[in-house]
Amino acid sequence: MSQRLIYLDNNSTTPVDPRVVEAMVPYFHDVHGNAASRSHPFGWQAEEAVDYAREQIADLIEVDPKEIIFTSGATESDNLAIKGVFEMYKRKGNHIITVKTEHKAVLDTCQKIEKLGGEVTYLDVKEDARIDLQELEAAIRDSTILVSVMWANNETGVIQPIKEIGEICAKHGVLFMCDATQAVGKIPVKPKEMGIHLMAFTSHKMYGPKGVGALFVNRKNPRVKVTAQIDGGGHERGMRSGTLNVPGIVGFGKAAEIAKKEMENDAQRLGVLRDKLENALMNNLEEVYLNGSAEHRMPHVSNLSFKHVEGEGLMMTFNQNIGLSSGSACTSASLEPSYVLIAMGLGDDLAHSSLRFSLGRFNTEEDIDFTIKAITDGVNHMRELSPIWEMYKEGVDLDSVIWQEH
Amino acid sequence: MAYSEKVLEHFKNPRNVGTMDKSKPNVGTGLVGAPECGDVMRLQIEVDEDTGKIRDAKFKTFGCGSAIASSSLATEWLKGKSIDEAMKIDNMDIVEELALPPVKIHCSVLAEDAIKGAIKDYKEKNGLPEEDKALSAEASG
Repeated sequence: MSQRLIYLDNNSTTPVDPRVVEAMVPYFHDVHGNAASRSHPFGWQAEEAVDYAREQIADLIEVDPKEIIFTSGATESDNLAIKGVFEMYKRKGNHIITVKTEHKAVLDTCQKIEKLGGEVTYLDVKEDARIDLQELEAAIRDSTILVSVMWANNETGVIQPIKEIGEICAKHGVLFMCDATQAVGKIPVKPKEMGIHLMAFTSHKMYGPKGVGALFVNRKNPRVKVTAQIDGGGHERGMRSGTLNVPGIVGFGKAAEIAKKEMENDAQRLGVLRDKLENALMNNLEEVYLNGSAEHRMPHVSNLSFKHVEGEGLMMTFNQNIGLSSGSACTSASLEPSYVLIAMGLGDDLAHSSLRFSLGRFNTEEDIDFTIKAITDGVNHMRELSPIWEMYKEGVDLDSVIWQEH
Repeated sequence: MAYSEKVLEHFKNPRNVGTMDKSKPNVGTGLVGAPECGDVMRLQIEVDEDTGKIRDAKFKTFGCGSAIASSSLATEWLKGKSIDEAMKIDNMDIVEELALPPVKIHCSVLAEDAIKGAIKDYKEKNGLPEEDKALSAEASG
């Protein structure tokens, strides 16, 4: 294979748009002040840049700039929202509802809450990776203070019924926190229209720099407050202390401005490429399965299982040229396959056979054509090597085989 | 995770991929692992009835690169060995040869289990006594 390098792992992180890099450069040296320095022009200029970025970001999600709290990223925003609400509202209750397929930044935070005396309900998902709204409503108790459900899943791209969740939360007077990391800047995300009270998102998933994120905190009807988790100089209205990452925030703002203008076109173009990829692989190969709802899904994401092929081995056939992720165990330190796919009811075998394709602004049709060929060849190669594929082709009922688990 | 050159080489050019007729008396088949665990290895040996040596070995593996390399290497090592010699192949030899990291040691264990499984099958078919009990007990630990 040639030295071509194709990046199809945009759900992990996106390349920074060159226009964003250009916007950031002056804020490393020329305008280097601390935005909290109120006594001189260096500080004023930095503060002005931060305020402008705050407006650009607020404009993208149609909220008031005062409702944006800058953090170091979505993980911190998730922590601040959940732990901050738990502390702030502990007199109201100690129960939080979330979903088994949430990002670890939410799930691990909820586990911490349990250690601190909170109670957490982890909702199941249906086969299409979406929650059952009746189950959500039934899980709400008098002591429930928060529902935390992500907008779009990082592994499958499946979009939850956000508006309906917001309505249920409003009906029961429960706060609704949404991790919208995978959705902001890719599709229209307007928390106010959805009844979201807190929303975490980050710059580096929308062609901005790493190390800067935001938490939207609703200021009116209701006025939501979170207890700070990082103490210090009382920055960000006392909710998140620490000197602001001015160049990062400027880049985040620029990325938001570009996204507002271009996301519709990007989504449309990437949807066509994603569908081309998916259709071609399903036509070229037998036993390919789409994981998660086909309908309620981010336009640039495809999560496929190639039955009787192990994901990590499959990736080795093309990872000199193509960067993407697998739900197989062996890619991570834990030997368990993707908990998201397992929660959807996939067998471990299909979970081990999955690949996640996540396209981005800088992918071309040539990238997709190359990928179709590489994945088709790779799957065929691995199936030649696979004893399970051979047994399947011979008509052996694999469920009746007594495997020697190790 | 970065793979060693040797793993990559075996992965790209796997040796002795294939299937033998498992009904033949001089063919022993070992099938180990489970799809749910992400690894299934099938290793087969064909024994030369005159010399008692392994004339040919074949494998097919569902698994990661290290699992495929481990089984590929195992088939190379098996060819030309007597049954007793083959029983002495230790998973740590595979770990060393392929420079497997700790998280991939289970791949080498699986390869050793597949070798032992193929030999056991061959012996059962031919009414041979199971020898080296101590060795195989140690290996399955």
